[in-house]
Amino acid sequence: MIAFNKYYNRFNILSVSLVVVSLLLLTFKGLNFGIDFKGGTLIELRASESKINVSSLRDNLNQMNLGDVSVKKFGNETDFLIKFENNDNKNVIEEIKTNLDKSFGNNFNFRRVENVGPKVSAELLKSGIIAISVALILMLIYIWIRFEWQFSLGAILALFHDVIVTLGLFSLLGLEINLSIIAAVLTIVGYSMNDTVVIFDRVRENLRKYSDIKIFELTNISINETLSRTLITSITTLLALLSIFFFGGEILRGFSLAMIFGVIFGTYSSIYIANTVLVRLRVSQKTVLKEDGNN
Amino acid sequence: MLYFSKLRIIFVTLISLIFILIASSNLFKFSNDLLNKKINLGLDLQGGSYLLLEIDNSPVVEQKLQNLTITIKNYFKEKNIRINNLKISNKELSFTVDNQFKQTVLDEFNDEESNLNPYYPRFKSHQLNIEEKNDLLIVNYSKQGLVELKTSSQDQALEIVRRRIDEIGTNEPNILKRGNDRILVELPGLDDPMRIKSLLGKTANLTFRFVASNTEDSFGTEKLKYEDSTEESVVSKRIILSGDNLLDAQPRMNNETNETVVSFTLDRVGAKRFGKATSTGIGKQLAIVLDGKIISAPVIRDTIASGSGQISGGFTFQSATDLALLLRSGALPAPLNIIEERTVGPDLGQDSINAGMIALAIGFALVILFIFIKYKIFGLITNIALIINLFLLIGVLTIFEATLTLPGIAGIILTVGMAVDANVLIFERIKEELKDEKNNLIAFDSGYTKSRTAILDANITTLIAAIILFFMGSGPIKGFSLTLGVGIFTTLFSVYFIARLLTVLYVAKNKQKEGLI
Repeated sequence: MIAFNKYYNRFNILSVSLVVVSLLLLTFKGLNFGIDFKGGTLIELRASESKINVSSLRDNLNQMNLGDVSVKKFGNETDFLIKFENNDNKNVIEEIKTNLDKSFGNNFNFRRVENVGPKVSAELLKSGIIAISVALILMLIYIWIRFEWQFSLGAILALFHDVIVTLGLFSLLGLEINLSIIAAVLTIVGYSMNDTVVIFDRVRENLRKYSDIKIFELTNISINETLSRTLITSITTLLALLSIFFFGGEILRGFSLAMIFGVIFGTYSSIYIANTVLVRLRVSQKTVLKEDGNN
Repeated sequence: MLYFSKLRIIFVTLISLIFILIASSNLFKFSNDLLNKKINLGLDLQGGSYLLLEIDNSPVVEQKLQNLTITIKNYFKEKNIRINNLKISNKELSFTVDNQFKQTVLDEFNDEESNLNPYYPRFKSHQLNIEEKNDLLIVNYSKQGLVELKTSSQDQALEIVRRRIDEIGTNEPNILKRGNDRILVELPGLDDPMRIKSLLGKTANLTFRFVASNTEDSFGTEKLKYEDSTEESVVSKRIILSGDNLLDAQPRMNNETNETVVSFTLDRVGAKRFGKATSTGIGKQLAIVLDGKIISAPVIRDTIASGSGQISGGFTFQSATDLALLLRSGALPAPLNIIEERTVGPDLGQDSINAGMIALAIGFALVILFIFIKYKIFGLITNIALIINLFLLIGVLTIFEATLTLPGIAGIILTVGMAVDANVLIFERIKEELKDEKNNLIAFDSGYTKSRTAILDANITTLIAAIILFFMGSGPIKGFSLTLGVGIFTTLFSVYFIARLLTVLYVAKNKQKEGLI
């Protein structure tokens, strides 16, 4: 049996600091919103020859008065991602096409063009925030119906921890937040909850079974009993996610990365946040028996 | 938990076989209708264009208020009430009347039977609001009136957009209303939306009007620019003909001038009016105005009674074709703005499909390998269930002809990764039970029973996330939530019917064997 409970305090301090740092990052550094939420235009293009590089492309586009233009490599050597802010010119894509074809010879393939107006991006951001909030509230209701309040609090704290730290990491690394990241965050919420509930289920079962074991020990027993399941499921989920990350193409990279972070944090928080809340709230056999009596 | 009747075994086998067949119909062609269904590929996989258009209704409001001024004047003229100082500004119409008539006017507007101001009993609201401000009476659209107006202009715009897109002939366009002032257009397989965008961006409001010889035209005049130059002409506001009078328009080559022109045919009313205008107006210039710009203003040489004519204006063949198309399909009630555009080229779509399939194959292989190493014979059982699960998932998507997107493929891969969770929960539980219980059957039975709540919990939490995403998300994200959500149900089926059946069959043969799992 691994003594997870020996490190409860240390990891609590770590988690609190991680959350604080994440919140500071989110407040001061902020998130790198993609065009879905900020509005603007994105062009993915492929050059037919490898001579073209980022700086020559950037120089060329900077002469076009597009405002702040970002040019990046995208995946392989000949693929580029161009982003710029909203502008009123309706024919801007056409003009860029003409301009690039003229300057470099006719050798660009516009593989993807996305343009999100300011009104739409504001709406997408709003609905993204609503989606995550509704998900958190529904999870809260669900766990509140299923468990005693001490458990609910533990699960919800774990959930907030996972979402905040994942977003904090995105802020730290400057990774782009787009629609698919919202999907990833919601899936993380589901996954983290799932993981926590499985351990809690066992804690409650053990609370009924043993009256003489303190919650400090009992959580440790429960974590150990469910440990191999926790690990196996995390591993298979990570195997799936890693294969999306490495082979699923450039478009899914951010999404799968967010999920990979989320699964790792979710597994960690089920052990070190959800359970320590039970310990700190001095959950005992009485807690679950009282609830049973009520029903 | 361990008993399976013969009937149930047959049922499970049959279901699995049917779904394998349906799922494989995506790869092969079957003559049967039920089997001829296919998963639709999302725009991000097959390539295509997604356009969200917003109708700019403010000109419509202005126009309606403009029409209302005449209606109001005439309406009260019959009742011998003079309307003074009629003005439109800022989407409001204001006027004054003599004090003694004020109440009558207000009553006329607020009467539920009023012809002037339609009443919607459904909403308990009039089309227009009227209020007194000092001496002025101010009329503007009520909330419901505005909604009705928007809905009707959306209906019209949708029809025109559909006609324009149909004329271009893209395959299987998807044109839908969004809210009450937006139209969503999905054009699969279209890799360059430039032409469609420019066609949808034009209101195509065509009018024929005389160029005013003097500025004292009784209808008023306005200065308009020419389409292809900075020159201006003063044009009468009187409309001789509008695009509504056109029956047909086609691009043509004028043999005499060797110029591309748009030839048009007028309806009966239009032909009559055109004939009259050209007979009285010989020697005058007739301006052809499209969306507030003059295309050309030829001098009338003869009476044109045939009801057909030509528009010239330095067109290329392409621009003449487009103009003819716009004129045939009619004018939009209001300008459309493209507020969101997402276009994926077909080769990127194919790349995404390939990448998705490779990721699926590798992810699947890794998970299967891992589970087999971990659980041996029971790993094999889990893997068989997992493979059938994949067929079930694809089968369900096929039956509903659901749309598969790139994130949708990610959802399938993720389902594969998470689907083993249920079996792992069960097997780990059985292992624990076996520590105290020597009878394999009993241990397996209680393993299944005791793990049930945890499995349900786990799947419900994921389902909640998937449902929210389905309702909040758009396009590709919806595809993700769909595969994730459907995956939960197929997973539960494959775990509780397929994997359990196989487990039961195996355990029944090895009741006494120790260290079974």
